[in-house]
Order: sequence, then C-alpha cells, then structure tokens
Amino acid sequence: MSDMTYTKDMFQKVKRESYHADEIKRPTIKYWADVWRRLKMNKLAMAGLIILIIMGIMSIIGPHLSGFDYKEQDYSQVNIRPNSTYWFGTDELGRDLFSRAWLGTRYSLLIGIAAALIDFGIGVIYGGIAGISSRKVDAIMMRIAEVIYSIPYMLVVVLISVVFSTAGSGTSMFVLIFAMTITGWVPMANLVRGQVLQLREFEYSMASESLGASKGWILRKHIIPNSFGPILVNVTLTIPRAIFSEATLSFMGLGLQLPKPSLGTLANDGLAVMPIGLFYQILIPSILISLIMFSFNVLGDGLRDALDPRLRK
Amino acid sequence: MAKYILKRFALGIVTIWAVITITFILMHSVPGNPFATESRKIPPNIMENLMKKYGLDKPKSEQYIMYLKNIAKFDFGESMKSDSETVNQIIARGFPVSARLGLQSILIALIFGPALGAIAALYQNKIPDYVAMIISIIGVSVPSFVLGSFLIQFVATKVEWIPIGGWGEFRHTLLPSFALAVMPLARFSRLMRSSMLEILGQDYIKTAKSKGISKFAVIMKHAVRNAILPIVSILGTTVSDLVVGSFVIEKIFGIPGLGQFFTTSVFNRDYTLIMGVTVFYALVLISAMLLVDIAYMLIDPRIRLTKEGH
Amino acid sequence: MSKRLLVLISVLLALAILFTGCSSPSTDEGDKNSNGTPGGQTTGKKILRTNNSSEPGSLDPALAQGTHESWILENVFEGLMTFDENGNLVEGMAESYEVSDDGLTYTFKLRDGIKWTNGDPVTAHDFEYSWKRALAPETAANYASILYYIKGAEDYNTGKASADDVAVKALDDKTLEVTLEAPTAYFLELTAFYTYFPVNKNVAESNPDWAKDPSTYVSNGPFKLVEWKHNDQVILEKNPDYYNADKIKLDGIDLDILEDQNTAWQKYQGGEYDLLVDVPTSVVNELKTKNDPQLQIGLQVGTYYYNVNPKVKPFNNAKVRKGLALALDRETIVEKITMGGQIPATGVVPPGMKDENGNDFRESVGDLIKYDPAEAKKLFEEGLAEEGMTVEDFNKQGFVLLYNTSESHKKIAQAAQEMWRTTLGIEIGLENVEFQVKLNREQSGDYQISRAGWIGDFMDPMTFLDLWWSDSAFNDVKYNNPEYDALIRQAKSTNDQNVRMKAMKEAEKMLMKDMPVIPVYFYTQPYTVKPNVTGIIKVPVRYPIITYADITG
Repeated sequence: MSDMTYTKDMFQKVKRESYHADEIKRPTIKYWADVWRRLKMNKLAMAGLIILIIMGIMSIIGPHLSGFDYKEQDYSQVNIRPNSTYWFGTDELGRDLFSRAWLGTRYSLLIGIAAALIDFGIGVIYGGIAGISSRKVDAIMMRIAEVIYSIPYMLVVVLISVVFSTAGSGTSMFVLIFAMTITGWVPMANLVRGQVLQLREFEYSMASESLGASKGWILRKHIIPNSFGPILVNVTLTIPRAIFSEATLSFMGLGLQLPKPSLGTLANDGLAVMPIGLFYQILIPSILISLIMFSFNVLGDGLRDALDPRLRK
Repeated sequence: MAKYILKRFALGIVTIWAVITITFILMHSVPGNPFATESRKIPPNIMENLMKKYGLDKPKSEQYIMYLKNIAKFDFGESMKSDSETVNQIIARGFPVSARLGLQSILIALIFGPALGAIAALYQNKIPDYVAMIISIIGVSVPSFVLGSFLIQFVATKVEWIPIGGWGEFRHTLLPSFALAVMPLARFSRLMRSSMLEILGQDYIKTAKSKGISKFAVIMKHAVRNAILPIVSILGTTVSDLVVGSFVIEKIFGIPGLGQFFTTSVFNRDYTLIMGVTVFYALVLISAMLLVDIAYMLIDPRIRLTKEGH
Repeated sequence: MSKRLLVLISVLLALAILFTGCSSPSTDEGDKNSNGTPGGQTTGKKILRTNNSSEPGSLDPALAQGTHESWILENVFEGLMTFDENGNLVEGMAESYEVSDDGLTYTFKLRDGIKWTNGDPVTAHDFEYSWKRALAPETAANYASILYYIKGAEDYNTGKASADDVAVKALDDKTLEVTLEAPTAYFLELTAFYTYFPVNKNVAESNPDWAKDPSTYVSNGPFKLVEWKHNDQVILEKNPDYYNADKIKLDGIDLDILEDQNTAWQKYQGGEYDLLVDVPTSVVNELKTKNDPQLQIGLQVGTYYYNVNPKVKPFNNAKVRKGLALALDRETIVEKITMGGQIPATGVVPPGMKDENGNDFRESVGDLIKYDPAEAKKLFEEGLAEEGMTVEDFNKQGFVLLYNTSESHKKIAQAAQEMWRTTLGIEIGLENVEFQVKLNREQSGDYQISRAGWIGDFMDPMTFLDLWWSDSAFNDVKYNNPEYDALIRQAKSTNDQNVRMKAMKEAEKMLMKDMPVIPVYFYTQPYTVKPNVTGIIKVPVRYPIITYADITG
C-alpha cells in the first residue's frame, strides 16, 4: 500500500450527468439517422418509398386533376379506352377512371393504414401488457388471443360486413376496417409480446432493474425504443395485407359501398368488361394495387434490413 | 414434447368451441332469413312451415345446445338450400377438391419457392438474382384472382389442351393451382434468399468450406436446412391465406370445392351450411397449425432444447 | 442430416406424383366434352351443352324454388299441359279436358301410353298424390301458394284442413277432377308449372329420398336424369319411352354448374357450350350493337319498379310521384346502363301477354308513362307546393333510395339518382341492404323509395295487377283504391276474357294515373345460341325451351 494521502481536492463530486453514464441507452436521434442512412443505400426500398410518396400525393390531388367528377356519369362516353381527354378511360357508366382510380387509391390507402394502425394500437397494448405480466396472466392472455386468431378471418369479415349492413359509405368503411382488425391484431400482439419478453432477458434490462428502475420505466425507456424497429416493419407489412384483403372482399362483392370507389371495387368492376376485350378497366386498378403492395413490401424489407444491427455496415 | 402436443390439442378444442359459438351468434344476428328470394315473396304460413322444418322456430339457446350436441356427433345437419345433400355430404364432396387444389398449390410453392430463393442467394447481385427477385416481387404484388382472370382470358382460351374452368383431370388443376401458388411461392423465395444470405455469411459455413467439404454438400447440409426454418414458421399463415384465396379462385374457375359455399351460403343465410363449413375450416386450419408447430419443433434443435417449448 | 433432407424431398415428390397421377374420380369422360368441337361430337350423338349457373337445391318438383331447378325439371317432367315446339300451350300428360259451365271444375283425361322412367304407367292417382304432397305442411314447399287456386288447398297448407278437403280427385286411373276456388282463366297454364308436375306415387311413398340420386330418380318427361355431379354437372339423356319421343331430336343435354359468368362466356366462345343463358351484360350490349344473330333477346314476364312510400310526405301526393316517374329516362337506363336488351316500362304489365283478341295486352293498353323532363318538373313542383314544401325543404329531408345489394341495382339506382338530380334538382341518397332486410323495411314502412321487382309465374296480366289489390300480402305501398279493387275482383270472378281483359286494362290505367309505384323497365332474358343449333323457343314465362332443339352439322 502506497503511503499516499487523500486530500479533498483529489475527489470530485459526482455530477448528475455521470449517474446516467451507465445507462446503456442509445441516443435516439443518432440511431434513427443511422437507420435512415442505411435505408437510403437500399435502392429497391427507396424506389418503394418514392412510389408511395408519389401515389400518396396523387391520391390527394389526382381526383381533381382531370376535371371530371368521380361520380359524374356520361352515357355517351361509356367504356372509352384511355385517350387524351380521359387519361385512364371511362367505365360502364361513363365515369372518368382517372379520378376514380386515384380516389380509389386514397380510400384503399386509408383503409390499409387505418387497419394497420388499429392493429398496431391494440396489438401493442395487448402484447405489451402480456409481456410484462406474470407468466400466468400472460398465458391466459395469449390463449385468448390464439383463439381469436383461429377464427377464420374471411368468415368474420364477411359476416360482419353482412350483419352491419350499410347505411351509406361512411359506415361501410368503418365496418370494413373493424372487420379486418378484429382478428388481425394478434400477430402484432405476438410480436410485441415477443419483443418484450426478449428484451426482458437482455442484460442491460436486468442491469437497469438492478439499479432500481421500475417496470414501467423499463418499458418506456428501453423496450419500446428497441422494439420500435420490428414493429415499424410489421406495420409496413400489414398495410398491404389489409389493402389486399379489401381488394379480395370487393372482388367477392363485399367491398366499399358505392359510389365511393376503392381499388378493389374498381378491379371487380373491371371484370365485367373483360369478356368483350376491354382490359384497361381491370388492369389499371390491379397495377395500382400491385404498386402499393410492392412498395410497402420492399420498404418494409428495407426497413427491416436497415434496423438489423447484424447487418451493420 | 408429448405434453406440448397435448396442450396444443386441448387449445385447439377450445378454439373450435369458440369458433362455433361466435359463428352461431353472428349468423343468428344477421337480419334476414334463408327463405326469401329476390323475385318472390313467401306467404307467412309457408314461411312458418319452413322455419319449423329447420327448427328455426325454437328459442336460440335451444338451437345452440342442439347444435353443439350434433357437432359432437359430427353431424352438421341439413343444408337449407339443398334438399338433396346434408351438410356432411356437401363437405365430404367439396373438401377433397379444395384440398387437392390447396395442396397442389402449396407443393408448387414449397418446391419452386425455396429453389428460386436459393439460386438468388447463391448468385447474389448477379443476373439470376435479379430475375428471381423480379419474379418474386411481382408474385407478392399481384392478387391471385386478377392473375386467375388473366390466365383464363389469355392462356386457357388460346391453348387447346388447357380447359377453361371446370374440374376433373390434372390439366384442370394447372391454372388454378398456379394462380394460387404464385404469392406463397414469391414469399418463400424471398424468405429463403434472405435467410440463406444470412447463413452463408456465418462462420460455420466458412468452417465447413475450409474443411474441404464440397460447395454443394455445404449448401445442402447446412445452408438449406437452416434456411428452411423461417419458411416453416410462416407456413401456418400461408396455408390460411391460401384457403382464403381459394374462395375466389374456385369461383372464377368453376371448381366444385368448398370455398364457394363460404360466400354463397352467407348470402343465402344457409345457417347450417355456414356453420358446418366454418367449423370444418377451423378444424382444418387448427390442425394445420398444430402440424406446422410440431414440424418446426422437430426441425429446429434450438426449440427442442428449450425447457417448456412455450 | 442430408439423408433427412433427401427423405423430405422424396416424400414431397411422391405426394406430387400421387396427386398429379391420380385424377379425381370424375367418371365418364364421354359426356363431359373436353375438346372444343361444337355440337358435342365426341360420340356422334347430339348433345346440347349449356350452363345451369347454380346448383339445384332439389330436383323434386314440390321442393324446387327457382330457375336453377325448374330448367332441368321442365325437361325431365311433364304436367297436364305443356309447351310445344312452337311455344304454344298444349295438352301434355292430359289428352283432353273439360271445363264446367261455371268455370270451376276441370276434368282431365290422361292420354294412353304415358309411362314413368321406371316403367310404371302415369295415372291420375299420381297427380292427386303429388298436388296434395306439395300442399302438405310437412313438405314445407316453398311454392305451395301456386296451388292455392284449388279449392281447399290454402286451408290444407296452413293446417286448417286435411288433405281430403283439397278438391283434387282421381276418379279413376285416367281421369282427374279438380275444383277451383274461383274461375281462373289461366289455370290450364298453371298445370304446366313445375309445382304442378306429377311424381310417381309408389316411388315417392316408398323412398322419401328418391329425388336425391339419379339411380332412384323417376320422371315422366322427354329426358331422364342420368347423372348429377353436385356443383359440377347435370347430365340428361333422351327418354325413349316418352310418348312424343319422335319429336325430340337431341340425344342428351349436359348442363354445367358454373357460377362465374365470365368463365361461362369464355366456354361458350370456345365452343364448349351450344347455348348460354345468363350472359355478361357487357357482352350482351356488344352483341346487340353488332346485331349478332347469336344473341336472342327473349321476353320475360317481369317488371322492375320503385315503390314509393305514401306515408312519407310529400310522397303521398300523386303529382310528386308522377313527377319522379316522368323524370326517369328509361331509354337511357335500358340502353346505356342495364344494356341487357331490356324494354323501357310503359306500364306495369310487360309485353307478351295476350288480351281478349289475341293482341298483345301491353300494346293495346298503350304507353301509360313516358320520359318528359319538363312535365316532370312541373308536376313535381306543383305536387310539392300542394304539400307545402319547396325543393330545398325536400332536400333537407335526406330521403333515400333503398335497394338490395347487387351490381345492377346499384348502377340503375345511381343513374336514377343522377336523373332526379339533374331534372328535378333533388338530392336523393342511396342505400343498399340485404334482400330480406329490404323486404322487412318495406313491410314495416321504413323507407321512402325502394327498388322492387316482380317476375310473374303465368302469362296473365293478373299476376301483376294483383299485387296492388288492397288486401294483397305483397302490396308494399299499401295502395288502397276501392275502384281498383272492384275492377280486380271483377276480373277474378269470371273466365270470360272479354270481361276480364277490359277490367284489367281499366285497372292498369287507373293504377298509372295514381302511380303508387314507378315502373322502370321490363325484364328480358338475353341468351346466345350457336348458329348450328335450331329449335330453341322462348316462352316469356320460362327459361328458353331446349327440349325440341336440334343440332346440325
């Protein structure tokens, strides 16, 4: 032992900031900027993002661009192929397909995003609670979720659509979304719960807990920011699923009530003229659906890759 | 492991019960009854006769109990629209058709999907990769019924050997199963590609290679086997989606399977048929999920070694 | 490890081979035409191939509910009367008949040589049995009401009387006597309706499931049921024991059960069908524009109309209703929207029915509505003013046009909404509900305007005019006009066509003056026939009759 004497000035009072030094918390801003940088490098994902932005803009301004009202019927201009006046052509009732297609995009996007967000909301809350709760509560909650999820999705949707028969398009959109989210939130809940469970086990979480942090604090400061990534990816991938379901429903005749169009109902309408050789009526909405699906999918994949720490570059 | 399976089985039963109950409630809260038709109205006394015949005049709770009893005996009752077949018969007739269509589609997707994905991974960023990616991206984006309609319009009408709809021989199954298979195929291929890429970068692959094992053996022994895992994990939902997609495909191609009853019987208010088909589908799907879970357990050693297996 | 993988792959392959190798047990490729030759020339036989669209719920005449069953039944069974190859109502199983002077009792004499497909002779006992069976409450026959013209029938069916009280009796094996509730001018035609078809008494009594399988199926018509592949195909073959077998040129009829209209059309185009009813409307329109001879626009006994609820102001005012009626451009609706070759309505009774002089009823009554936007606006506003309302007031009410969920109803409703908007300046909302819901709301008066349609079962104007008799169960608008009722009663009280027709013409004119309902168009039934197929006739009250068809070349 050295014969050093400890004088007061050798000690520095520990400042408040240093208390936080051992919190292994990633400063959020730098994290997301990093993610963005990596995303940008993924050409495909960026393409998807750009397409979505363009489609989003078009869905807002598109219906007003062509000068025609989406529900105006002109019986002298029925089933016209795309030309300079009617950029996407007209349908069986002489309505301008350009405005209808973009309005349809708007409604399809709205439905998709709304459904995904609701799934997200319910899923996060439910999954979060399950993940944090005791094993028993967790088990019960997840059993219930499983049971709900096992109910055939289509049946639920169809039955609900029929039970709550429409009284106007507003209610119908609500019904559609309601029907699609009733069982759809379970994967999200599973995901969130999984994330929560996983993160609970991680060292830093335990370390925090040993430092006296409460469960709620852990949830807020650690788990959520770290789960955000996968959740975002899931949401991005849920949207096309919802849009696709809506399209399928419309194809079965259960879609959005008229005269409001959705891409699904437009595609279904387009079927009617296929036998006489007019394909543009089904092609255009189908291409739009495909573009949306494609974009969300590559964007979701890109996000997933960008968020994955193992693919660090 | 047996305990796990038992637990899952019990869960399945509970789920089916829930399905039955919810379907019953929903169906009976739908306004309308099965006997009205578009162009004719039925005098009230005839309506009464019909309701009596199907036990619809009894209180709901009684109907519910009767129904539960019958289901336990696997008796799904009589269809309200079809006098010539019971629901059991309808299901027995339609299911093999739908099953065949579904299985064929899954097989196509399972065989060609991972193969495509593997090729893409092995030739990453070269031409085969891009081609495979494009195919799979298109596959995930185009709805199966759109594809189906176009296939009929452009392929079935032009190619003599391929029939326009209907069912009976192998060639009737080609277009519909292809239309259904495209989306899962694309999904599988993309999953395969990304998981193979991940694995190929792993250390143990390098180790194997450095040990002198041929490239082919490395791929087959290690890469593929592990890359398959994520695919198996989504197999359950894929089957579910496939079932849903089949409704429209069956309709477009005129395939006498079970899918079409789903939508038509809901519109017709054919209560017994709806419930029978729904419960049946629930059974099928739940069993499928159970099988997939077991398969996943078998394939992934990591899960096997976990104590509880959740 | 890799061994496991190999095993997995071989299992998959085996499954694949299993499935591809064994086709499903679809029997008999002989009748199912798999190549595209027109005329079904797989075996040199004349088989007419077509599509039935929907799966028959039952092929028991007493239980049948609609055209997806009746079309088949009309070929395998025959009633007392039937339609011949020219579309005329002629004796079928009956050789002759006599009507009593008061028009209430019919005595039918069955012809000789009529047999069931199992060899039994067709007797009057079969008829008595069958009609009572259809009326039995336990049978719960959907269409039992069409037998109510027979005395005692309704009481029996509603449980108020016994089978013996039904006034139909087999006097002996070959004589059937029927007494009606009231003189019914169209009773003979009714005996050609499928609920009146006979079934084999012995067979039906001994085997309640006789109609469920071709092997136990027994019928008496020009064809017999040979195969019923549910949801797939129904196969009929010529019945060599049919008394008029010489007139039947076809060897068989193959009916697909294919719901999808587009796919069915593809099959027709590809030569897999010789005839197709239920053609996609865009195709009908296209063919019509090109004047394609393959397209036939058949008449149908049906009217599409809008109910107007008189309990809701201002719809109680006849001028308001007439205004709405005159504002509809039916020509445009029919040409540009429904495009099915329908006929713009000029009254409630569709064309195709004969009056006392053998002329078309519709024609002789004339046009009772037309499209006149100026007059429409005038009347409408006058009517509104009488009710103390302005157009703004009207629009504030949020009135709605109700219709049941369907593509075509939707299109027509949208068009009507537009037309009323541009001609009358009014805003009417649209609402679609499920069919039964609509019916309930109509019955309880919870609607303002609602879409309705009526397809008649027999060719007499009464099948329509009867709807608005004040007591009718189907009088949704609760039209109550004693003068109208008197005319209807008069027409129902006699068989004298002079009296009846005159009364009915008056009645229709009266109805259109009050306009409690707004007729839109008359149904038609477009169908396509290949050029080498002849002998298809269209009787308005039935699907195209294919019984006497012939395939040449």
